[in-house]
Amino acid sequence: MTTDTESPAEIRPPPRPRPENPVLAGLIEPFGDAEWTLSNGDDVVRLPRERLADLAAAARRVGFETCADVTVVDYLRRSSGRFDVVANLLSLQHRLRLRILVAVSNDDPACPSLVSIYPGANFFEREAFDMFGIRFEGHPDLTRILMPDDWEGHPLRKDYGVGSVPVQFKESHQVS
Amino acid sequence: MAVKDVWLSGTEEFEPTDEGHQEMELHESGPRLREQLGTVVSDDYVLEDDLSDDERMIVNMGPQHPSTHGVLRLQIELEGEIIRRSKPIIGYLHTGMEKTAETLTFMQGPTNVTRMDYLAPFHNELCYSLAVERLLGVEVPPRAQAIRVLLTELNRVSSHLVALATNGMDIGAISMMLYGFRDRELVLAFFEKTTGLRMNHNFIRPGGVAADLPPGWRADVADIVETIPRRLEDYDDLLKNNPIWLERTKGVGVITPEECLAYSITGPTLRAAGVAWDLRKNFPYSGIEQYEFEVPVGQNGDVYDRYQVRMAEIHESLRIVAQVLETMPKGDYRTDDRKVTPPPRQRIDESMEALIHHFKIFTEGFRVPPGEIYQAIESPRGELGCYIVSDGGGKPWRMHTRAPSFANLQALPIMMADSLVADTVATIASLDPVMGDVDR
Repeated sequence: MTTDTESPAEIRPPPRPRPENPVLAGLIEPFGDAEWTLSNGDDVVRLPRERLADLAAAARRVGFETCADVTVVDYLRRSSGRFDVVANLLSLQHRLRLRILVAVSNDDPACPSLVSIYPGANFFEREAFDMFGIRFEGHPDLTRILMPDDWEGHPLRKDYGVGSVPVQFKESHQVS
Repeated sequence: MAVKDVWLSGTEEFEPTDEGHQEMELHESGPRLREQLGTVVSDDYVLEDDLSDDERMIVNMGPQHPSTHGVLRLQIELEGEIIRRSKPIIGYLHTGMEKTAETLTFMQGPTNVTRMDYLAPFHNELCYSLAVERLLGVEVPPRAQAIRVLLTELNRVSSHLVALATNGMDIGAISMMLYGFRDRELVLAFFEKTTGLRMNHNFIRPGGVAADLPPGWRADVADIVETIPRRLEDYDDLLKNNPIWLERTKGVGVITPEECLAYSITGPTLRAAGVAWDLRKNFPYSGIEQYEFEVPVGQNGDVYDRYQVRMAEIHESLRIVAQVLETMPKGDYRTDDRKVTPPPRQRIDESMEALIHHFKIFTEGFRVPPGEIYQAIESPRGELGCYIVSDGGGKPWRMHTRAPSFANLQALPIMMADSLVADTVATIASLDPVMGDVDR
């Protein structure tokens, strides 16, 4: 069973020229292909996935000490790539948050891992792999974390039907 | 492999799957945890090859173990009585709440998220509601904000009391367990009077709170603010004059601030390591910046410092509660934005449109403009984040919770490396993981 949910319209605020914050402006400057924008007040950068690790490493150098979160959004039938990998970085010294969005296609659901830059991304990336089937390349132990190891499919994908999993032990009370 | 062999080797064998096109090794080979398996531990431990396998073994602790605070399972590589490596294994309480959230309207959402971190339900509701309100652009009236601060800070008190209680119990101070749970009941009784439930309240909702505070709430809150600090001093005496308790907490489960930041660890664990980072101060929300409070900070990052930080945080939270009690503003307890708030009861008798509006809000819910947002608040366990993507409909397209317990579990292998088996329970208890929050 697949859900017949339609993909949402492109959720992408128009790119803006340059962040006001000097730290962010300096960080994004060398990345010509990065689009910076404000999404409801949050600083968001969207860039090609090959550049994710570079930007994260640069962010770590300018003072984003910790990776608060890594997650994935499934837009199902979006033309610019089905998935968005979302990394939330946090800088304690600048009191700043930065969200990096990377589009990942359905044919090649892979994305560079952040574990070598932010070791704390480990569990988050394992969860994202478990729930969406995104391969984080370079991750030291990309195994399922929440679902059983022999589970088939990735439950948070939009085409993973709710209720399609056979109920276990349902015959146990039947008397033949 | 026969059941007996599994038991003997201490490892488990699973069928490998070709899921994710990656070589997955799902079982340990021999009595050593694979290096780089699970959380990366920066261990300076050099494998001594002359040690035979008889001196090394893997022990499973949990998932059914009273001191793992739920269904947490740890694989521990032991060399004699010393833990060399360990790996937390989770997922036993996974119920797919993020998937469920996609089928619930924004109004129903708090019912779902409140069950995640069941010791701090108000924080979950607040985080979700703040995110939805920011997407909607709805302003919350001052009284609703003050009620939210009151409830979340009292919730922090009750949650930390459980942390202290279980921390005591795991190390053998059983009386602390009884006292902690007794005092928590004071707070929970007030919650029950206010919301109707002791836990899983579904009280903080997008747009405000579900109802005004009950009559007589001032006396109840004043009683809590007056009673708990006095008793906390007794508990402080009880524990800090106990040489056994001190021996088992000081210098145990140490983590440095650098490790905390690298491994995304937040909350009392980060503050006990010496980093004064509290989202209530640094990214204030819900009007909490107008109250005076301190951020307690430890020095050593051990179990004892985490205990002290929690103890001090209870005092600071009660200080905020006392200020809310004095300055509680008058006014509405939810926004008057008719898009989010149903029409008042008397209007429904007069107006057909109001009746339809009321019906629509509770059946298909209100529509939220398209967009994505990340909102974080300081839960008793650390940074609780809510990432919502809305496609413009009445239900979130995606709702992700950044669970503080989930991230904080990555600290366990670091804290437990090269420590004794007996310190494991003290370390887990000081981290205060809630498995409902970890697995969601």
